Amino acid sequence: MEVGQLQRKFVDYTASLFCEGFLDEQFTQLQQLQDESNPDFVVEVVSLFFEDTEKLLNDLTRALDQQSVDFKKVDAHVHQLKGSSSSIGAQRVRNACIAFRNFCEEQNTDACSKCLLQVKQEYSLVKNKLDTLFRLEQQIVEAGGAVPMVG
Amino acid sequence: MAISTESEFHVLAVDDSIIDRKLIERLLKTSSYQVTTVDSGSKALQFLGFHEDEESNQNRPSVSPMIHREVQVNLIITDYCMPGMTGYDLLKKIKESSSLRNIPVVIMSSENVPSRINRCLEEGAEEFFLKPVRLSDVNKLKPHMMKAKAKDHQEPAKQGPEGSETPEIQSVQPQQTPAQSSNKRKAMEEGISQERTRPRYSGLAVI
Repeated sequence: MEVGQLQRKFVDYTASLFCEGFLDEQFTQLQQLQDESNPDFVVEVVSLFFEDTEKLLNDLTRALDQQSVDFKKVDAHVHQLKGSSSSIGAQRVRNACIAFRNFCEEQNTDACSKCLLQVKQEYSLVKNKLDTLFRLEQQIVEAGGAVPMVG
Repeated sequence: MAISTESEFHVLAVDDSIIDRKLIERLLKTSSYQVTTVDSGSKALQFLGFHEDEESNQNRPSVSPMIHREVQVNLIITDYCMPGMTGYDLLKKIKESSSLRNIPVVIMSSENVPSRINRCLEEGAEEFFLKPVRLSDVNKLKPHMMKAKAKDHQEPAKQGPEGSETPEIQSVQPQQTPAQSSNKRKAMEEGISQERTRPRYSGLAVI
Protein backbone atom coordinates (compact mmCIF):
# COMPACT_ATOMS: atom_id res chain seq x y z
CA MET A 1 0.00 0.00 0.00
CA GLU A 2 1.35 3.42 -0.81
CA VAL A 3 1.84 6.17 1.75
CA GLY A 4 -1.27 8.21 0.93
CA GLN A 5 -3.50 5.17 1.29
CA LEU A 6 -1.87 4.19 4.56
CA GLN A 7 -2.28 7.69 5.91
CA ARG A 8 -5.96 7.74 4.97
CA LYS A 9 -6.43 4.37 6.57
CA PHE A 10 -4.75 5.68 9.71
CA VAL A 11 -6.95 8.77 9.89
CA ASP A 12 -10.12 6.76 9.35
CA TYR A 13 -9.14 4.13 11.86
CA THR A 14 -8.28 6.70 14.52
CA ALA A 15 -11.59 8.47 13.92
CA SER A 16 -13.49 5.23 14.34
CA LEU A 17 -11.81 4.55 17.67
CA PHE A 18 -13.03 7.89 18.96
CA CYS A 19 -16.44 7.42 17.41
CA GLU A 20 -16.92 4.03 19.00
CA GLY A 21 -15.83 5.36 22.37
CA PHE A 22 -12.68 3.29 22.72
CA LEU A 23 -10.63 6.45 23.03
CA ASP A 24 -11.48 9.89 24.33
CA GLU A 25 -9.90 13.33 24.17
CA GLN A 26 -7.21 12.40 26.65
CA PHE A 27 -5.65 10.23 23.94
CA THR A 28 -5.51 13.30 21.73
CA GLN A 29 -3.73 15.13 24.55
CA LEU A 30 -1.11 12.38 24.55
CA GLN A 31 -0.67 12.66 20.79
CA GLN A 32 -0.16 16.40 21.14
CA LEU A 33 2.62 15.83 23.65
CA GLN A 34 4.52 13.77 21.11
CA ASP A 35 7.02 15.56 18.91
CA GLU A 36 10.33 15.07 17.10
CA SER A 37 12.24 15.05 20.37
CA ASN A 38 9.83 12.49 21.87
CA PRO A 39 8.59 10.56 18.84
CA ASP A 40 7.62 7.44 20.79
CA PHE A 41 5.86 9.06 23.67
CA VAL A 42 2.41 7.64 22.97
CA VAL A 43 3.67 4.12 22.37
CA GLU A 44 5.73 4.31 25.56
CA VAL A 45 2.88 5.46 27.76
CA VAL A 46 0.46 2.97 26.25
CA SER A 47 2.99 0.15 26.71
CA LEU A 48 3.28 1.08 30.37
CA PHE A 49 -0.49 0.99 30.54
CA PHE A 50 -0.60 -2.50 29.00
CA GLU A 51 1.99 -3.84 31.44
CA ASP A 52 0.36 -2.23 34.44
CA THR A 53 -3.12 -3.39 33.44
CA GLU A 54 -2.14 -6.98 32.87
CA LYS A 55 -0.66 -7.10 36.33
CA LEU A 56 -3.74 -5.46 37.84
CA LEU A 57 -6.08 -7.87 36.06
CA ASN A 58 -4.10 -10.80 37.45
CA ASP A 59 -4.22 -9.32 40.93
CA LEU A 60 -7.95 -8.76 40.60
CA THR A 61 -8.59 -12.30 39.42
CA ARG A 62 -6.68 -13.64 42.39
CA ALA A 63 -8.35 -11.30 44.86
CA LEU A 64 -11.86 -12.25 43.73
CA ASP A 65 -10.96 -15.90 43.85
CA GLN A 66 -10.33 -15.84 47.58
CA GLN A 67 -12.63 -17.57 50.06
CA SER A 68 -13.10 -14.29 51.82
CA VAL A 69 -12.80 -11.43 49.37
CA ASP A 70 -10.94 -8.35 50.55
CA PHE A 71 -13.07 -5.71 48.88
CA LYS A 72 -10.84 -2.88 49.99
CA LYS A 73 -7.99 -4.46 48.11
CA VAL A 74 -10.15 -5.12 45.07
CA ASP A 75 -11.36 -1.54 45.12
CA ALA A 76 -7.80 -0.26 45.39
CA HIS A 77 -6.79 -2.19 42.28
CA VAL A 78 -9.83 -1.02 40.34
CA HIS A 79 -9.17 2.55 41.44
CA GLN A 80 -5.66 2.26 40.04
CA LEU A 81 -6.92 0.85 36.77
CA LYS A 82 -9.57 3.51 36.50
CA GLY A 83 -6.87 6.13 36.95
CA SER A 84 -4.45 4.73 34.42
CA SER A 85 -7.10 4.08 31.78
CA SER A 86 -8.33 7.61 32.28
CA SER A 87 -4.80 8.94 31.88
CA ILE A 88 -4.37 7.38 28.47
CA GLY A 89 -7.90 8.00 27.26
CA ALA A 90 -9.10 4.39 27.28
CA GLN A 91 -12.67 5.46 27.87
CA ARG A 92 -14.50 2.15 27.80
CA VAL A 93 -12.06 0.53 30.20
CA ARG A 94 -12.44 3.49 32.50
CA ASN A 95 -16.23 3.30 32.40
CA ALA A 96 -16.14 -0.42 33.15
CA CYS A 97 -14.01 0.38 36.20
CA ILE A 98 -16.52 2.90 37.46
CA ALA A 99 -19.27 0.27 37.40
CA PHE A 100 -16.90 -2.17 39.06
CA ARG A 101 -16.19 0.15 41.98
CA ASN A 102 -19.89 0.50 42.73
CA PHE A 103 -20.17 -3.24 43.23
CA CYS A 104 -17.04 -3.26 45.38
CA GLU A 105 -18.78 -0.83 47.65
CA GLU A 106 -21.74 -3.17 47.82
CA GLN A 107 -19.36 -6.06 48.50
CA ASN A 108 -21.14 -8.07 45.86
CA THR A 109 -18.75 -10.82 44.77
CA ASP A 110 -20.82 -12.11 41.87
CA ALA A 111 -21.38 -8.70 40.39
CA CYS A 112 -17.68 -7.92 40.86
CA SER A 113 -16.70 -11.06 39.00
CA LYS A 114 -18.96 -10.05 36.13
CA CYS A 115 -17.44 -6.59 36.14
CA LEU A 116 -13.96 -8.03 36.04
CA LEU A 117 -14.94 -9.99 32.96
CA GLN A 118 -16.28 -6.84 31.40
CA VAL A 119 -13.10 -4.92 32.20
CA LYS A 120 -10.99 -7.72 30.72
CA GLN A 121 -13.04 -7.66 27.55
CA GLU A 122 -12.81 -3.90 27.17
CA TYR A 123 -9.09 -4.01 27.83
CA SER A 124 -8.59 -6.74 25.27
CA LEU A 125 -10.53 -4.75 22.69
CA VAL A 126 -8.69 -1.49 23.23
CA LYS A 127 -5.35 -3.27 23.28
CA ASN A 128 -6.10 -4.82 19.91
CA LYS A 129 -7.21 -1.51 18.52
CA LEU A 130 -4.16 0.34 19.75
CA ASP A 131 -1.79 -2.38 18.54
CA THR A 132 -3.42 -2.05 15.12
CA LEU A 133 -3.09 1.71 15.26
CA PHE A 134 0.59 1.59 16.16
CA ARG A 135 1.20 -0.97 13.41
CA LEU A 136 -0.37 1.39 10.90
CA GLU A 137 1.86 4.20 12.15
CA GLN A 138 4.88 2.01 11.73
CA GLN A 139 3.87 1.11 8.18
CA ILE A 140 3.51 4.78 7.30
CA VAL A 141 6.93 5.61 8.69
CA GLU A 142 8.51 2.63 6.93
CA ALA A 143 6.93 3.74 3.67
CA GLY A 144 8.66 7.08 4.17
CA GLY A 145 5.58 9.06 5.17
CA ALA A 146 4.65 11.24 8.14
CA VAL A 147 2.02 10.15 10.60
CA PRO A 148 -0.97 12.50 10.30
CA MET A 149 -2.05 14.43 13.40
CA VAL A 150 -5.66 13.54 14.09
CA GLY A 151 -8.06 15.41 16.32
CA MET B 1 18.35 40.87 40.18
CA ALA B 2 16.71 39.02 37.31
CA ILE B 3 13.72 36.76 37.57
CA SER B 4 14.83 33.38 36.29
CA THR B 5 13.38 31.85 33.16
CA GLU B 6 11.40 28.61 33.04
CA SER B 7 14.41 26.47 32.26
CA GLU B 8 15.73 27.17 35.74
CA PHE B 9 12.61 25.99 37.49
CA HIS B 10 12.79 22.54 38.97
CA VAL B 11 9.61 20.65 39.71
CA LEU B 12 9.37 17.59 41.90
CA ALA B 13 6.49 15.34 40.83
CA VAL B 14 5.16 12.70 43.20
CA ASP B 15 2.84 9.91 42.01
CA ASP B 16 2.64 6.20 42.71
CA SER B 17 1.36 5.48 39.19
CA ILE B 18 4.10 4.95 36.66
CA ILE B 19 1.78 6.03 33.85
CA ASP B 20 0.92 9.28 35.57
CA ARG B 21 4.57 9.93 36.38
CA LYS B 22 5.42 9.59 32.73
CA LEU B 23 2.59 11.85 31.75
CA ILE B 24 3.35 14.60 34.26
CA GLU B 25 7.02 14.44 33.38
CA ARG B 26 6.24 14.98 29.73
CA LEU B 27 3.83 17.80 30.49
CA LEU B 28 6.40 19.55 32.67
CA LYS B 29 9.28 19.02 30.24
CA THR B 30 7.13 20.34 27.40
CA SER B 31 6.84 23.48 29.51
CA SER B 32 10.63 23.59 29.79
CA TYR B 33 10.88 22.75 33.46
CA GLN B 34 13.48 20.48 34.97
CA VAL B 35 11.71 17.49 36.41
CA THR B 36 12.35 14.91 39.07
CA THR B 37 9.74 12.22 39.62
CA VAL B 38 9.40 10.00 42.67
CA ASP B 39 6.84 7.36 43.50
CA SER B 40 6.06 8.16 47.11
CA GLY B 41 5.74 10.92 49.67
CA SER B 42 8.58 9.52 51.73
CA LYS B 43 10.90 9.51 48.72
CA ALA B 44 9.85 13.08 48.04
CA LEU B 45 10.82 14.11 51.56
CA GLN B 46 14.10 12.27 51.21
CA PHE B 47 14.83 14.13 48.01
CA LEU B 48 13.98 17.41 49.66
CA GLY B 49 16.41 16.66 52.47
CA PHE B 50 13.66 16.72 55.06
CA HIS B 51 14.58 15.83 58.61
CA GLU B 52 12.00 15.06 61.31
CA ASP B 53 13.79 17.28 63.81
CA GLU B 54 12.90 20.30 61.71
CA GLU B 55 9.63 20.47 63.63
CA SER B 56 11.51 22.06 66.49
CA ASN B 57 13.18 24.63 64.27
CA GLN B 58 10.07 26.47 63.25
CA ASN B 59 10.94 29.56 65.20
CA ARG B 60 14.56 29.72 64.22
CA PRO B 61 15.75 32.21 61.62
CA SER B 62 15.53 30.65 58.20
CA VAL B 63 19.17 31.00 57.24
CA SER B 64 20.66 27.69 58.39
CA PRO B 65 20.51 25.22 55.53
CA MET B 66 18.53 22.14 56.56
CA ILE B 67 18.52 20.91 52.99
CA HIS B 68 21.64 18.97 52.23
CA ARG B 69 20.92 18.46 48.58
CA GLU B 70 22.52 20.45 45.80
CA VAL B 71 19.27 20.92 43.94
CA GLN B 72 16.63 23.44 44.69
CA VAL B 73 13.02 22.50 44.12
CA ASN B 74 10.73 25.31 43.01
CA LEU B 75 7.43 23.46 43.11
CA ILE B 76 6.07 20.14 44.25
CA ILE B 77 3.20 18.55 42.41
CA THR B 78 1.76 15.49 44.07
CA ASP B 79 -0.98 12.94 43.64
CA TYR B 80 -3.48 12.86 46.47
CA CYS B 81 -4.23 9.12 46.68
CA MET B 82 -1.03 7.28 47.41
CA PRO B 83 -0.42 4.29 49.66
CA GLY B 84 1.35 5.13 52.91
CA MET B 85 1.77 8.88 52.87
CA THR B 86 -1.01 10.61 50.97
CA GLY B 87 -0.48 13.83 49.06
CA TYR B 88 -2.25 15.60 51.87
CA ASP B 89 0.12 14.11 54.46
CA LEU B 90 3.05 15.22 52.33
CA LEU B 91 1.59 18.71 51.99
CA LYS B 92 1.23 18.96 55.76
CA LYS B 93 4.78 17.85 56.40
CA ILE B 94 6.10 20.37 53.92
CA LYS B 95 4.10 23.25 55.37
CA GLU B 96 5.19 22.30 58.88
CA SER B 97 8.83 22.37 57.89
CA SER B 98 10.65 25.66 58.34
CA SER B 99 12.91 25.05 55.38
CA LEU B 100 10.37 23.59 52.98
CA ARG B 101 7.20 25.54 53.69
CA ASN B 102 7.96 28.19 51.10
CA ILE B 103 7.90 25.67 48.25
CA PRO B 104 4.55 25.89 46.44
CA VAL B 105 2.64 22.61 46.47
CA VAL B 106 0.02 21.51 43.97
CA ILE B 107 -2.26 18.52 44.48
CA MET B 108 -3.63 16.25 41.74
CA SER B 109 -6.53 13.88 42.13
CA SER B 110 -8.72 11.75 39.93
CA GLU B 111 -11.66 12.44 42.22
CA ASN B 112 -13.58 15.70 42.42
CA VAL B 113 -14.38 15.78 46.12
CA PRO B 114 -15.05 19.36 47.27
CA SER B 115 -14.21 18.65 50.91
CA ARG B 116 -10.91 17.14 49.84
CA ILE B 117 -10.12 20.10 47.62
CA ASN B 118 -10.97 22.55 50.40
CA ARG B 119 -8.87 20.71 52.94
CA CYS B 120 -5.85 20.80 50.66
CA LEU B 121 -6.24 24.45 49.80
CA GLU B 122 -6.69 25.32 53.47
CA GLU B 123 -3.56 23.42 54.32
CA GLY B 124 -1.67 25.61 51.88
CA ALA B 125 -1.82 23.94 48.47
CA GLU B 126 -1.66 26.49 45.68
CA GLU B 127 -3.77 24.59 43.19
CA PHE B 128 -5.80 21.42 42.95
CA PHE B 129 -5.81 19.75 39.54
CA LEU B 130 -8.26 17.09 38.48
CA LYS B 131 -6.71 14.19 36.63
CA PRO B 132 -5.93 13.60 33.91
CA VAL B 133 -3.76 16.68 34.14
CA ARG B 134 -3.39 18.71 30.97
CA LEU B 135 -1.07 21.30 29.55
CA SER B 136 -3.58 24.01 30.46
CA ASP B 137 -3.16 23.01 34.11
CA VAL B 138 0.62 22.99 33.92
CA ASN B 139 0.47 26.50 32.45
CA LYS B 140 -0.88 27.66 35.80
CA LEU B 141 2.27 26.71 37.66
CA LYS B 142 4.70 29.43 36.65
CA PRO B 143 3.20 32.31 38.66
CA HIS B 144 3.51 30.28 41.84
CA MET B 145 7.15 29.49 41.20
CA MET B 146 7.96 33.07 40.23
CA LYS B 147 6.32 34.35 43.38
CA ALA B 148 8.21 31.93 45.59
CA LYS B 149 11.50 32.75 43.90
CA ALA B 150 10.91 36.47 44.31
CA LYS B 151 10.26 35.92 48.01
CA ASP B 152 13.58 34.14 48.36
CA HIS B 153 15.32 37.30 47.23
CA GLN B 154 13.56 39.46 49.79
CA GLU B 155 14.77 40.08 53.32
CA PRO B 156 14.57 36.95 55.45
CA ALA B 157 11.60 36.78 57.85
CA LYS B 158 9.76 39.47 55.96
CA GLN B 159 6.06 38.72 56.01
CA GLY B 160 2.94 40.27 54.63
CA PRO B 161 -0.37 39.39 53.04
CA GLU B 162 -0.21 38.25 49.45
CA GLY B 163 -1.80 41.44 48.20
CA SER B 164 1.29 43.48 48.91
CA GLU B 165 3.52 41.67 46.44
CA THR B 166 5.99 43.82 44.53
CA PRO B 167 5.26 44.54 40.89
CA GLU B 168 8.33 42.64 39.69
CA ILE B 169 6.17 39.55 39.55
CA GLN B 170 5.15 38.94 35.96
CA SER B 171 1.44 38.79 35.31
CA VAL B 172 -0.24 35.46 34.87
CA GLN B 173 0.04 34.16 31.33
CA PRO B 174 -3.20 33.73 29.46
CA GLN B 175 -4.06 30.08 29.65
CA GLN B 176 -3.54 28.14 26.49
CA THR B 177 -6.58 25.94 26.88
CA PRO B 178 -6.92 23.52 24.02
CA ALA B 179 -10.23 23.31 22.17
CA GLN B 180 -11.74 21.28 24.94
CA SER B 181 -12.16 22.96 28.31
CA SER B 182 -13.96 21.46 31.22
CA ASN B 183 -15.47 23.59 33.90
CA LYS B 184 -15.34 20.78 36.36
CA ARG B 185 -11.62 20.98 36.53
CA LYS B 186 -11.71 24.53 37.84
CA ALA B 187 -13.50 23.13 40.88
CA MET B 188 -12.99 25.69 43.63
CA GLU B 189 -9.36 26.37 43.13
CA GLU B 190 -9.55 29.73 41.38
CA GLY B 191 -11.70 31.57 43.88
CA ILE B 192 -10.15 30.23 47.02
CA SER B 193 -6.46 30.51 46.19
CA GLN B 194 -6.74 34.12 45.18
CA GLU B 195 -8.66 35.23 48.22
CA ARG B 196 -6.63 33.42 50.77
CA THR B 197 -3.93 35.42 52.47
CA ARG B 198 -1.22 33.74 54.39
CA PRO B 199 1.98 35.18 55.78
CA ARG B 200 4.93 33.69 54.00
CA TYR B 201 8.45 33.30 55.19
CA SER B 202 11.43 33.10 52.92
CA GLY B 203 12.32 29.92 54.67
CA LEU B 204 13.80 28.15 51.72
CA ALA B 205 17.52 27.72 52.06
CA VAL B 206 19.18 28.22 48.71
CA ILE B 207 22.31 26.21 48.23
